Amino acid sequence: MRFVFEKRKATSISALILVPLISFAVSLCLTALLLTIFGADPLKTYSAMAIGAFGSLHGFAETLVKAIPLMMTGLGVAIAFQLKFWNIGAEGQLTLGGVAAAGVALFLEQYLPGPFLLVGALLGGLLAGALWAGIPAILKTSLNVDETLVTLMMNYIAILFSEYLYYGPWRDPKGYGFPGSRMFSSNAWLPRIVGRAHIGILIALFVALVLWFILRRTRWGFELQIIGASQQAARYQGVAVERNIVLAITLSGALCGLAGAFEVTGISHRLQQGLSIGYGYTAIIVAWMSQLNPLVIPFVAVALAALSVGGDQVQMIMGLPAAMGTVMQGLILFPMLAGSLFTEYRLLAVKDNKSNLPG
Amino acid sequence: MFAQSNACRLFLSIRSMNDSNIPKVEMRRISKSFPGVVANDCIDLKLHKGEVLALLGENGAGKSTLMNILCGLYRPDQGEIYIDGQQVEIHSPRDAQKYGIGMVHQSFKLVDSMNVLENIILGLRNEPFVPDMKLVRKQLMELASQYHLSVDPDACIWQLSVGEQQRVEILKLLYRNAEVLILDEPTAVLTPQEAHELNRVIKTMKQEGKSAIFITHKMEEVIEFSDRVMVLQKGRVVAETPTSETSPKELARMMVGREVLFQIERKPYSPGKAILELSHIEALGDRGLPALKDLSFSLKAGEILGIAGVDGNGQRELAEVVTGLRKSTKGTLKIADKDMTNKSPLEIIREGVAHIPQDRASVGAVGDLSVASNLAMKQYRSKPLAQGIILLPKRIIDFARKLIDKFRIATPSPNTQVKFLSGGNVQKTILAREIGAARSLIIAVYPSRGLDVGATESVRRQLINMRDEGLGVLLFSEDLDELMQVSDRIAVIFEGRIMDIFDAENIDIEHIGMLMAGMKTEVY
Repeated sequence: MRFVFEKRKATSISALILVPLISFAVSLCLTALLLTIFGADPLKTYSAMAIGAFGSLHGFAETLVKAIPLMMTGLGVAIAFQLKFWNIGAEGQLTLGGVAAAGVALFLEQYLPGPFLLVGALLGGLLAGALWAGIPAILKTSLNVDETLVTLMMNYIAILFSEYLYYGPWRDPKGYGFPGSRMFSSNAWLPRIVGRAHIGILIALFVALVLWFILRRTRWGFELQIIGASQQAARYQGVAVERNIVLAITLSGALCGLAGAFEVTGISHRLQQGLSIGYGYTAIIVAWMSQLNPLVIPFVAVALAALSVGGDQVQMIMGLPAAMGTVMQGLILFPMLAGSLFTEYRLLAVKDNKSNLPG
Repeated sequence: MFAQSNACRLFLSIRSMNDSNIPKVEMRRISKSFPGVVANDCIDLKLHKGEVLALLGENGAGKSTLMNILCGLYRPDQGEIYIDGQQVEIHSPRDAQKYGIGMVHQSFKLVDSMNVLENIILGLRNEPFVPDMKLVRKQLMELASQYHLSVDPDACIWQLSVGEQQRVEILKLLYRNAEVLILDEPTAVLTPQEAHELNRVIKTMKQEGKSAIFITHKMEEVIEFSDRVMVLQKGRVVAETPTSETSPKELARMMVGREVLFQIERKPYSPGKAILELSHIEALGDRGLPALKDLSFSLKAGEILGIAGVDGNGQRELAEVVTGLRKSTKGTLKIADKDMTNKSPLEIIREGVAHIPQDRASVGAVGDLSVASNLAMKQYRSKPLAQGIILLPKRIIDFARKLIDKFRIATPSPNTQVKFLSGGNVQKTILAREIGAARSLIIAVYPSRGLDVGATESVRRQLINMRDEGLGVLLFSEDLDELMQVSDRIAVIFEGRIMDIFDAENIDIEHIGMLMAGMKTEVY
């Protein structure tokens, strides 16, 4: 008896629904096992997580605070992945977007009156992200330089550059040595809705809708689909492959840059340490789990944000070690990702009868 | 073993009585369905040692499915497989290899960026951690000369022509000591000469006691290659007969269930203005070597110009230069009197030029997209499929439905991904799209390759219709019968040069064959 995987000839609807549900159940069981080892009651822990993330207005607002950058970067990454352009530079694009927005908010106040300062800051973030993604896109299309390495390395450049700024020239002289710029004028603050959750959530949802429309209902989106499926076929159909890749990746970076601008103008109101807590990387998981569908991304982003917020709650309420929240997040994600194998393949048990061997 | 059931003992005694009657391979009552289609319906198949079996049938008759079951890619829903009289379970190509079964698929399973030697040993478990490439090379060269399969062991796969790649696939199986070779439409990609060589390879294999099953649509080949022929229709066996007792005509009738018309009505030849003019075109191939050399010809409206030649003599490059996919280094290209030298593919498409490319799987069609998307790929830019920049999905589906009906594309729905269609239906999808979009010129590169009789006839008819409507048709084919049946004029290409151009009316096949091999008749 042995087991083999056989590729499904057609995608099974029941597998598409059942697999994530079963994966989630497996996740909960695995995590329960770990919690029991640490002497915590799994059910209590789960309810604490759920209450932490969704149980109060404050909790839900915090979930949204984390969901917004995940949505924006998730959407950005999804565009790139649709083209099979492996942009893992969302983190850097987000950071540089934050830096540019901060630059506008800090230094262009006298030129941009009233709400124009905020608009300017957001546009600055958008452009910086676009530029930061555009570089690897141009390198890829003109010289065939591997985008994975370039986008990854450009993350470090962006992050270290932002550190240089808030430790160095942009550091608040009245900041008691705290690494960060001075606070922006309130003209550059993104209005908040509830708690720290700001109107970025509405923009992100709007972007998701528009992006879905662009990708699935426009000529350009159709061209991107063809390019993603086969560049040769796209070229043969007269699609300008290189130009479209650069355009789409620029758009991808713009969304990530906007996410950074949201963070500084909506949450911290200054450029400071901890601008991103790995949103740009989690975005990759968001995009994959949503199967690159812009309409699914907001839900997945909220779910992952809830996991993170709930995980923090667990540390505080249940008195578990600080790392436990992160471990639980990993334990929950793993079966979900592994489960996707079963939507493409099915597992078969086969008899291996030795006497049937020839000779 | 002797303590087993009576049936088994009886079986064993029969076996000892007449060992040669035990088939090398036997498939019993094989059934397999896919969503919406019964691909194989209770099929029995026997193959003896040293025998060549032809599997004949139209596109979607279930030939490939049956063979994919035998080589472990699919599992049958029902039925058993016996090798040398022993029941076996084949769950993977590795299992199949264990039982000496190997398959050369229609789309080759080679790694483009690796060389021939590396591809040969790829996936072998009994090679040492650091393979002895000298030994592999020696064994490979021995096999190559034994079976007349000459190939450069150090060339990368992407550098080889389709015919050469097929040789590598066959060598790969021979290197694995395959006893039973399954060839899925092997000659579809071959020139007549190469097909002839393949026949010799198969004969040598028979002498060595190996057996082969080959899938085909071509009657002549069945007669020439096989000992026995089995005809499939809609997943069932409709006929099985020794090849010596049948004729091409009878086979064709059994295959399609009706008499096939081999003559196509056409209007008298009355060419109009030149629609495509090439003068002194030169271009480089993928390896940076000259692929087209001082190539000139002109194609008129209402004319089919056939390009005859052995695959790999510049046909693909020529088609690419005409469609803007490859830059020419010298010379001029005019379409309808407009200079279109080195214009972009889109500019050439806008001139009403359609192109049925040689590489269907990765260029002509996009497997991951739906049939509807694939059909829309040429006309999505304008009305009625798009309004400005916005696509109209309903109209795209309607448009697709019409083409699916008109070209009889067998697909469960317009939303089915093209990768789930059979090879013939993929080609029909491409044809439907390109023929629909052609307004001045159509470049057809091996358009009927791998299609069954019915589909081939319909492709040829479509090309002739386009000619009758006043379009120019540039037809690349290795099938001289096709060229003579369809073309008004025939040009022979050899090593990137046009050797000569003839009227198709009075043509000497011998002479064309010589030119295709690069020999002027005087030399002969």
